Amino acid sequence: MFGDFDYKVILASLPYLFGTGMVFTVTLTALAASGGIVLGTIIAMMRLSGVAFLVPIARIYVDFMRSLPLVLVIFWFYFLVPYIGQWITGASRPISVGAFTSALITFTLFEAAFFSEIMRAGIQSIPRGQTSAAQALGLNYVQTMKSVILPQAFRNMLPLLLTQTIVLFQDTSLVYVISLTDFMGAASKVAQRDGRLVEMYIFAALVYLAICFSASFLVRRLQRRVAIIR
Amino acid sequence: MNYNWNWGIFFEPSPEGVGTYADMLLSGLGWTLATALCSWIIAFSLGSLIGVMRTMPSPVAQAVGTSYVELFRNIPLLVQMFLWFYVLPEMVPEVIGTWLKQLPNASFYTAVICLGFFTASRVAEQVRAGIQSLPRGQRAAAIALGLNTWQTYRYVLLPIAYRVILPPMTSEFLNNLKNTSVALTIGLLELTARARSMQEFSSQVFESFTAATIIYLLISLTVVMLAGALERRVAVPGSR
Amino acid sequence: MIAIDGVGKWYGPVQVLKGCTTQVSKGEVVVVCGPSGSGKSTLIKTVNALEPFQEGAISVDGIALKDKRTDLPKLRARVGMVFQHFELFPHLSITDNLTLAQCKVLKRPREEARTRGLKLLERVGLSAHAQKFPGQLSGGQQQRVAIARALSMDPIVMLFDEPTSALDPEMVGEVLDVMVQLAREGMTMMCVTHEMGFARKVANRVIFMDRGEIVEDAQKEEFFGQPRSPRAQQFLSKILAH
Repeated sequence: MFGDFDYKVILASLPYLFGTGMVFTVTLTALAASGGIVLGTIIAMMRLSGVAFLVPIARIYVDFMRSLPLVLVIFWFYFLVPYIGQWITGASRPISVGAFTSALITFTLFEAAFFSEIMRAGIQSIPRGQTSAAQALGLNYVQTMKSVILPQAFRNMLPLLLTQTIVLFQDTSLVYVISLTDFMGAASKVAQRDGRLVEMYIFAALVYLAICFSASFLVRRLQRRVAIIR
Repeated sequence: MNYNWNWGIFFEPSPEGVGTYADMLLSGLGWTLATALCSWIIAFSLGSLIGVMRTMPSPVAQAVGTSYVELFRNIPLLVQMFLWFYVLPEMVPEVIGTWLKQLPNASFYTAVICLGFFTASRVAEQVRAGIQSLPRGQRAAAIALGLNTWQTYRYVLLPIAYRVILPPMTSEFLNNLKNTSVALTIGLLELTARARSMQEFSSQVFESFTAATIIYLLISLTVVMLAGALERRVAVPGSR
Repeated sequence: MIAIDGVGKWYGPVQVLKGCTTQVSKGEVVVVCGPSGSGKSTLIKTVNALEPFQEGAISVDGIALKDKRTDLPKLRARVGMVFQHFELFPHLSITDNLTLAQCKVLKRPREEARTRGLKLLERVGLSAHAQKFPGQLSGGQQQRVAIARALSMDPIVMLFDEPTSALDPEMVGEVLDVMVQLAREGMTMMCVTHEMGFARKVANRVIFMDRGEIVEDAQKEEFFGQPRSPRAQQFLSKILAH
């Protein structure tokens, strides 16, 4: 069973797995999470704005994204982005934007739907009195949001935002379907090249487990601290 | 945009020899639904069990429940899919391994088991949260009446908890359904896989993905409606 | 009926019960009072082993709780308990609340359990509500159903854990009336409550607790006459001042 388990394959491929694969995974996660949180916050504010045409747009966007499998969305953007690029730049042919950009756009737009639900809950969890107090002090809508509501909502929701980022970190492995070399893609390329599927997939699983488990452990500690401060 | 739209493509024969592209997508839908429903049965029963264990007084039960959830939640679904499909047959005695590899529809069975175990960890968290959201006195009252642990869960805690968590469980059901698409990586010919191969054969990218998108949206709408009906049916009079 | 002997309990390093010793005889009504956080609710919950304790011994009807051979569910079925927040099961109708434990624990046939339950419901004056759900009743009504639910198990003793403190003031009376009636019929009762009027009316003894200790354990007349401990005097003067 483990008799012919070949550790050397793993050792030999470490630089490739981490230097190429993990760097890709972490970069994609960090950029998509930042973009997703910013866009998600904007969508959440649209949803709560009470403005007649903004509310349904935000709602439909969120419901739409949340109804589709991520794999399908990855395919969509992989093929759609070049056409959009062509449309924006007015080029004569669909422009090639590179698989990384395409993946980044996909994950940012997709995760924004999930982050927006978290931020919406966060904004709604701030007592109405806070808005009234800010307005009574003469702050306008943007100032109220920027200096009073969003900082509190963001802090309260930080654990959930980070948990969602861990989910995103795991989800980035799905770029496998468009043959990108993230951590999992790198592992699977080595696995197939050397015919060492057992070693490489178990190793990949353990690395993900270690990272995600430690990260969620830290998030739980943070959550307790946030809960106490509140 | 210089793209050649052709919405008639669905009624053209597929390269598989039998049926049209529309038939191809529908067969994908069939596999998606079959995989989603079968894995949900595992996810619901196993997840309930694990969730209950995490709320039991016994530290051993709690530890088992927690380990399960942490293990299955912290490994990407794609990786789990590969572990079940490529690694498991190598880890069991050779006879069983060979049998597993030669099983017809192996990717379907693998997807069902993998999704079942994966979603169970998420169902477990909902069940645990549901039980823990109940006033502590409910358990005390049941015990004070002389109900044993099994009866306390069976007649008091779970019936209330399931009602509380019905909305998040609906989301988990839909997540499970959407996650069936990950099984295309192990060769399951579900809806997304079918849309992808239709795109490859016909080069009509947007028509195929639009069709798949609409089908997924319709499924979501149906499930949400059914869940709403179920929620009204099991609603307890007098509760908000 | 109930013998509590040197019971001590800790939550981690915090001691919440210290050397509590008292007993309740058959037919006796004992009121336990004291400031909040004094451990009175914890003490009453140790009597049917809802709260574990680390030191001392408790026996109910001669059966020791700590004994490994004691069948706790069986013992609890004979000890009725009424909670501060009623704890009716919200997903079950009033009738089902009254019959669930009779059927599952005492294995009574459904019809018999139903008849017994409805009889007790009539006794607490709520027959008209048998088909309703807990959420459709007022707090006072829910607590009366909870008392009927406990009685449906034919308990040998009833424990009350602040049964009226979660109620709106106008509903306290209807619950106390049921309790007074029960006491007059000779039920053995241990009640944690601040209702001194109730204590005066039906209690045989009053126990006063503070900081996890039983400070005063006296006959009713003695307690309301001149309590010996200054802490009990202080508590009484506060609670009777208004």
